[in-house]
Amino acid sequence: MTTHLLSIQNLHVRYGGIAALRGLDLTIHAGETVMVTGPNGAGKSTLMKAIAGLVKPRQGRIVFDGQLTTGRAPETVAASGFSLVPEGRQVFGSMTVLENLRIGTGLRRNALAVAADLEYLLDVFPLLRERAHGQAGLLSGGQQQMLVIARALMAAPRLLAIDEPSLGLAPRVTDQVYEALLRLRAERDLTLLIVEQSASRALLTGGRMVMLREGGIVLEGDPRQITAQQMQQAYFGYDAAPAAMHA
Amino acid sequence: MTAALQYLFDALSLGSLYALGALGIALIFGVMRLVNFAHGDVMTFAIFVLIAPTTEAVAPLWVGAWATPLIVLTVLGVGAALAVLAELTVFRHLRHATPATTMMAAFALGFVIQNVLLALHSSRAKAVNLWPQLNLPVDLWGARVPALQMLMIGITMALLLGLAWMLRHTRAGLEMRAAAEDFDMARMLGVKANRVILVAFGMSGALAALIGLFMVNQTGLVDIRMGAPMMLVAFVSTVIGGLGSLMGAVLGGFLIGFVSTALQAWLPLDARAFRDAFVYLGVIALLLWRPNGLFITGATRQRV
Repeated sequence: MTTHLLSIQNLHVRYGGIAALRGLDLTIHAGETVMVTGPNGAGKSTLMKAIAGLVKPRQGRIVFDGQLTTGRAPETVAASGFSLVPEGRQVFGSMTVLENLRIGTGLRRNALAVAADLEYLLDVFPLLRERAHGQAGLLSGGQQQMLVIARALMAAPRLLAIDEPSLGLAPRVTDQVYEALLRLRAERDLTLLIVEQSASRALLTGGRMVMLREGGIVLEGDPRQITAQQMQQAYFGYDAAPAAMHA
Repeated sequence: MTAALQYLFDALSLGSLYALGALGIALIFGVMRLVNFAHGDVMTFAIFVLIAPTTEAVAPLWVGAWATPLIVLTVLGVGAALAVLAELTVFRHLRHATPATTMMAAFALGFVIQNVLLALHSSRAKAVNLWPQLNLPVDLWGARVPALQMLMIGITMALLLGLAWMLRHTRAGLEMRAAAEDFDMARMLGVKANRVILVAFGMSGALAALIGLFMVNQTGLVDIRMGAPMMLVAFVSTVIGGLGSLMGAVLGGFLIGFVSTALQAWLPLDARAFRDAFVYLGVIALLLWRPNGLFITGATRQRV
């Protein structure tokens, strides 16, 4: 057994007549950070939902932590150690911040470890401690993003996937979210899978970049070694003027 | 004064019936966006175990002849079991079907239950005299209130408080609220969807059976068609309250109870026969004013 935490082979997903993923292969090793980028409609979110068990693949295999999870129910995938923060955050708005954090702990047996994780995450996100008994729906967008990341981590996942954490956030708030993520990665040995439309974040997080377009991987590698021209070509599918590059 | 007190108890006890019915519908709608139109027939089925199956006009008691605690437990258990069975045999297989399909399935299930009862018990209404002492009036500050009404109000209040506590302070309650607010997200956090739905069906079925017990004591009759009108009012209550909101469903139920009782008291004698028409006229006006219901919160609005 290698250190493959997640291995995806020949993944096909269709929505009705439309192919969202066409034969995608992807391997993630334990401890890695992988940034998935690509234009709208490339299949990024579909890939996340397929791993999480929210959409059923037409064809292909997903092996997570040595278990075949293809077509399994979301709660089963979650139990095997995959936690997805979906696009648009989706806090439980009518519940308190603490209640949100407690939902993901139903799978865990060690109450002491749960309490320690809660303390740790409230230290990483002090704003959440301040609002612990407040209604989650009343938090700002940035606070909600931090809450859903902390909520996903309360399930003690082996792989944390986040779909567009910067969506709808001011750049400064996005920076705060990423700072927290990098801290968590350093202190918690997290394996991260992050989706962003723009490739520039991939450079900052220092992970591997995977670019999707039209349901398949068009470019993959260390973002520092990929030239701007290669990136544009992969992103748009043709040589675009440098000014059109998505910064 | 005493007349007002009497009306208050009438309104509260009628409201209790409606609130419990609405709660049973809202519990299931909350976790699976299904309006369970078979809810009323679950109630009827559960209450019919009181009597032995016969097509004769007079039916001997069956479960109804047992000791009181056993009667209550059995009837509630049958309601819960039938609702759970409905989920396992019908609704579980329609998880990804459109709302129209599941609604038709619920209607069909209701007809099946009614027809099973028709075959076993015939279509005649049957007299069931369960606990006659409950209909004796109790003197309360000059008002004469039937003991049954006080019991209904007391049990309903206790149940509502218990349910509120359970939703707020237990793991099952937390998961149920999470599932009601965002089902997929709850599942991605490890909440076992099928278990939450089963619990909701079980609670809903037991609530339906309890309403049946109240109604049979009020009217002294069981009838295979008694579920439908109850179901209708319960459904309207949940819509008034705001589909998806448990609190809204309960308050909607009490609101209809109060309005019905008030109209019964104040309408001129000639118009009283049309009381329900006035009630539903009010419902239409209310929904024109607030199409999402009275008590819908920001969190639930986006989902309905």
